[in-house]
Formats: sequence, C-alpha cells, structure tokens
Amino acid sequence: MPAVQETIDQVRLIDVDQYKYGFETEVEMEKAPKGLSEDVIRFISGKKGEPEWMLQWRLDAYKRWLTMKEPNWARVSYDKIDYNDIYYYAAPKKNPAPKSLDEVDPEILKTYEKLGIPLREQEILAGVEPTNRVAVDAVFDSVSVATTFKAELAKAGVIFMPISEAIREYPDLVRQYLGSVVPVTDNFFATLNSAVFTDGSFVYIPPGVRCPMELSTYFRINEKNTGQFERTLIIADKGSYVSYLEGCTAPKRDENQLHAAVVELIALDDAEIKYSTVQNWYPGDAEGRGGIYNFVTKRGDCRGRNSVITWTQVETGSAITWKYPSCILRGDNSRGEFYSIAVSNGKQQVDSGTKMIHLGKNTTSRIISKGIAAGKSENTYRGLVSAHRKATGARNFTNCDSLLIGNQCGAHTVPYIESKNASAVFEHEATTSKISEDQMFYCQQRGLSEEEATALIVNGFVKDVLQQLPMEFAVEAQKLISISLEGSVG
Amino acid sequence: MLEIKNLVVQIEDKRILNGLNLTVNKGEVAAIMGPNGSGKSTLSYVIAGKEDYEILDGEILLDGQNLLEMEPDQRASAGVFLAFQYPLEIPGVASMTFLKAALNAQRKARGEEELTTPDFIKRVNAAAQQLEIPKDMLKRALNVGFSGGEKKRMEILQMALLQPSFCILDETDSGLDIDALRIVSEGVNALRSPDRAFLVITHYQRLLNHIVPDTVHVMHAGRIVKSGGKELALELEANGYADYRETEAA
Repeated sequence: MPAVQETIDQVRLIDVDQYKYGFETEVEMEKAPKGLSEDVIRFISGKKGEPEWMLQWRLDAYKRWLTMKEPNWARVSYDKIDYNDIYYYAAPKKNPAPKSLDEVDPEILKTYEKLGIPLREQEILAGVEPTNRVAVDAVFDSVSVATTFKAELAKAGVIFMPISEAIREYPDLVRQYLGSVVPVTDNFFATLNSAVFTDGSFVYIPPGVRCPMELSTYFRINEKNTGQFERTLIIADKGSYVSYLEGCTAPKRDENQLHAAVVELIALDDAEIKYSTVQNWYPGDAEGRGGIYNFVTKRGDCRGRNSVITWTQVETGSAITWKYPSCILRGDNSRGEFYSIAVSNGKQQVDSGTKMIHLGKNTTSRIISKGIAAGKSENTYRGLVSAHRKATGARNFTNCDSLLIGNQCGAHTVPYIESKNASAVFEHEATTSKISEDQMFYCQQRGLSEEEATALIVNGFVKDVLQQLPMEFAVEAQKLISISLEGSVG
Repeated sequence: MLEIKNLVVQIEDKRILNGLNLTVNKGEVAAIMGPNGSGKSTLSYVIAGKEDYEILDGEILLDGQNLLEMEPDQRASAGVFLAFQYPLEIPGVASMTFLKAALNAQRKARGEEELTTPDFIKRVNAAAQQLEIPKDMLKRALNVGFSGGEKKRMEILQMALLQPSFCILDETDSGLDIDALRIVSEGVNALRSPDRAFLVITHYQRLLNHIVPDTVHVMHAGRIVKSGGKELALELEANGYADYRETEAA
C-alpha cells in the first residue's frame, strides 16, 4: 500500500522532464581510437592486461563478426548503425583501476550518489538490517570503478569482481565457462560483444553456499558516442544460491548510443540463480530523438539436475529494446522462469521476450509477461518454448498480457511453440486490454486524479511480476513504471 | 444542497435531458423514478462528471459551487458520490488498496492530513462489519469475481468510508436478492444525516420500502414531470408509468 502512494507522489513530483537520470558527468576520459579494428581490440585487451588467450578469443570473434549480418526479424526499425562511428573503450583518465574508493574520481562518486547507488560500505551498513545489504559493482562506461563488500563475500568463498579482474585472477574459471552458454558465434550482437567487451561482473558461488547478500551491478553510460559492451558471467556451483540485480541509466543525448551486452548464467546441480533487471536507459525524447539502442543477449544454462534460473525484468528505458533472456533446461527436473514488465511510451520500440529450451526430462518453465504500451510506442512480446525429443514430461505455462493506454500505440504477441516430444504439455494464455474510460471514470469518481488512477490500474496489472522482485527493487520499479507513463493520459 | 436548473444534455446528437429542474435539500432523501430510457442514469453520470455527454444548457450547483466546471475527481472531493449500477473491476488492485488511495486522494484535495494506516484500517473494519463484508473480500482485487450483491455492498462501503455530502444511488437494488437488499438499505439508512442528501434512482417501489424517501420525482423524457411525497411511489407501483406517457403525447 505505501508503495502505491509513493508511486502517486512520484508521478506528481515529476515535471515535463520525465527522465531524471539524464545528467552528464564531466570526467576526463581516455578512449580507444574511434571505430572498430584489430588494433582497437588489441588496445582494449592491452588496457585490461589480458592474457594472450583472451586476446585471441576476441580476435576470433571479430573475424567472425565481419562475416555476419545484423538481424532484421525483430519488430523494430532504426537508422543504420555505423559501427565505425562509435568509441569502443572509454575509461576515466585518472586512475582507471582504483584500488579503493579514495582513489576514485570524486566526480564519479558524485554521479553514483546522485543516482542513489551506495558505494561506501560503512554508509550502507549504517542503519541497514544485515539481511538487506546489497553488494554493488559499479561500471562507468567501459570500466568497473568500485566493487563493494568484496572482502566479506570472499569469506563465504563467493567471488564477486569486475570480469576484467577475474580474467587475470581466475583465468581457469573464466576460461571454462566464458562463451559456454552464449557461444562466440551466437548472433551478430553477441559476437560483437565477444570481440570488444570491456567490463561487467563475474560471480562464482562455491558448492553449497547461499550467497550472504544480494549482488548487483550498476551500469552507467556517460561518455558521448561511446558504446557499452558489458559482459557478465555468473556461476552457481552445486547446491548454491545467488540473487543478482542489475540496473542501468544514461545521460540524455540527441544521438543514439549502443549497448550490446552478453550475460551468461550457469547453474549446476541443485543450484539456483535469480537474476533481476531494472532497465532504465535513456529512452529518447517524445519525438524519438536520441536514446539507447539496447541489443542484449542474456541466457542461462540450467546445466545441473534440479537447477533453477529465474529472470525478472522491468524494462522502462531504451529507444530500442531487443532482448530475450532465455533458459536452456538441460538438467533433468530443472526449472526456468521469466517474469517481465515492459513499459513503452513516446516512440519507444520494444521487442522482448524469452526462450525456454527444454532438453532434460521433467523440466518445467513459466513465463509471465506484462507489456504496457502508451504514447506512440510499439511493444512486442516474442517468445519461444521448445521441447527436445528427449525432454519427456516437459511442461510450460505462458501468460502474456498487454495493456494499451491511448490509441496510438501497439501491442503484439509472437509466440513460437515447438515440441518434438509427445509428452510435453505447453499452455499459452494471452490477453490484450485497454484501460477503459469507464474504469478511469470510476476511479476519478472516487477522488483519484487521472494520473493517480492510471498508476493504480497499471500497478494492479503488473502486480504478479512485481512480487517476484526483491523488496527494494519492487518499490523502485513501481516508481519507474509510473514515471515512464507520465503524460500518457489525457 | 443540490440545485439543477434547466439542464439540457445530449449524447451523439440524441437529446437525453430536456430542461430538467431539480432541487434536493440538505438531509433529504429524494427518489427519482421513471421508465427505461427516461434519462435517469444520464442524470447521475452528468452530476458525477462523466465525459461523452454534451451539456447544451443549464447548471448544476452543489452548495453554490458550479459542478459543471469541475473534473470528476474534484466533484468527488467536493462531496459527490455515485454508487454505480454496474461497478467496475480493477484487476490486481486489492479493495483495501483502492479504498485507501481514494480516501487519501480526497483528503489531500481538501487539504486534510492523510489517514495513518491503523486509523484507516479501524474505519474500514467498522464499516465492513456493518455491511457484513468479510475481511478476505477486502484483500481481493476490487470487484473482480464479486457477486452482484458483493459489488453493491462494496459501493456502500466506499460511501460509508468517503463520507460524501451528496450521494447518488443508481439502481442500487438491481441484481440484489432480499437479504442483500436489506443489508445495503441498512447501510444507506445508517448514513442518513441532516448534513447529507441522497438521490435514489430506481425503477421499483421495492427499494423505497427499505430506504424511505422524503420526496419522489417522476422522470420522463428527460424532465421531472411530477413531484410528491413518498405516497407517489406507491401510486406509481399501482398504476405504472402509462399516465405520464399519455401526458407527453397529449
């Protein structure tokens, strides 16, 4: 209940300018030369102090990428991206690899403060229940600038660090798992990412360990004309558990910026990974100028028996979203879940959904997708559920609901269902509804303003999914949704 | 309290209200009766401020304030409450959540303090008990899967909680069995007070046995064609609306 009130208050506070993270930070940056070439890849690899095998991996990816074509099957349209007009590496000039917070450029610290991301452990500890602590890895353009609670996590045997550091410190672990879920050759954007990825998080939870706190990575694109190519790798060893949160924002700019991430999750026997995203990249203005192009490959591999991977996403930002967090249900009895809220307003285009690939016996999956389209936006759910011929007893339940606000937006549902095993049971439900004028009138008759009424109805619509998010994020997400829909009524 | 002068309303070029005049005083329970299509529901929607209606002439004053210049939510905060004939469903929003949002929105609009959660819960529980609304119904999404009787009781619960000064009951008796009718009527009667007026819109005398009106108005073809005391309702029950149709034709 308080959250609803907060949503309403938040909506009131927001003026014409809806995107409140659109500020820019003045920091002197060191960049790779503009454009993409073998030299640029060598430059990135060199900056990161990578071993030879990593450089070779990148170069192989680059060669492969040169032969690939940008996919065009999604229901999105955008001007051609000039891949040679992008900076692939940008790091703060002063001390790009700080050892402690004292070495981090104060301007960057201020940025995270403004974004409300706590980087000082002692401040996080003050007045917070020990169970509610969140460890943060903060990625600023191409580098991680701070990672909190590393020492405490290490005591539990948990490795949580920037991936560039992990490549140097745990090369065997990284080498064993990197690219094992999303192969280098997977798709145009994943291959590009493999060639030029700069930073992201690495997580390893040892057997039998329940990660003592939530882990999170906060991505910030700041520099102009710079792409962000994050790479995240999470391994939950046998019988372990981890909950991981991801957040992202970017300054307002008239030009589009590219974000092409790859996230790989691996859950071994009896392990569970919960991965939650609150995506709030700059969506562009009302006329569709600017905004982030978000082309992301996220995939989890339920490699072990009885393993569980849950994706929860709240998507409110980006000019274009192309994103299908998926689960490969390889281990017998493994389970994959996908809970999504995708909000689009203005001229945003969203093509998002999931893939549940049932390979093992008695594997189950569940998909709950809520799309909310307002303004002149287009919102597509695209999902694949498939059962391999050995996937005896596979079960899926899918529920896709779309809510339209106004009459200039579009909602589309594109489900693909493939079953090669006669015992598989797949269920699919889909609805499309509009906030009716009668509902609005009813709420207003009880004293709610148009905005309050919309916030309330939308909150009700997305409730099943919000409940999946960790508490703090659920409140945050609820606010975000309202902000994104600000001005969509009337 | 409420004063309607020469109200002329149309929807999609069809004239529905045709120079309607009506006054309801403080503390009064006024019943409006009339055949289908006489404009009763339109009148309730126009007072509450539903869009779609074109107001061609006339005015509606509530305690001297011109309602026609106000948004529906402003009218609500000024004291207008409409118990809907067909209450709307709000999926995913618990009734309790809805009640609190509505109550606090009105309090805020009037510049009053918001209620604390314990205070709010106390008030809801007291009102719910009187209307025989079980607590788990308050946790369910508003009106979703509610029976006809439950929906109407929820309307009266909202009325009890929001404490409006001018209440419109639009065919509240439709779809109610005898027991539900009794509970709803008792709920309404408990809210009768010298400071509050009611406009009870109904087809049938039945409801008026439970909610006894001070005045009865007969509506026909978008106008009040006859007014009287509660005995007028009995007369109508006996003779039907045929007389008025003939009056119109003559």
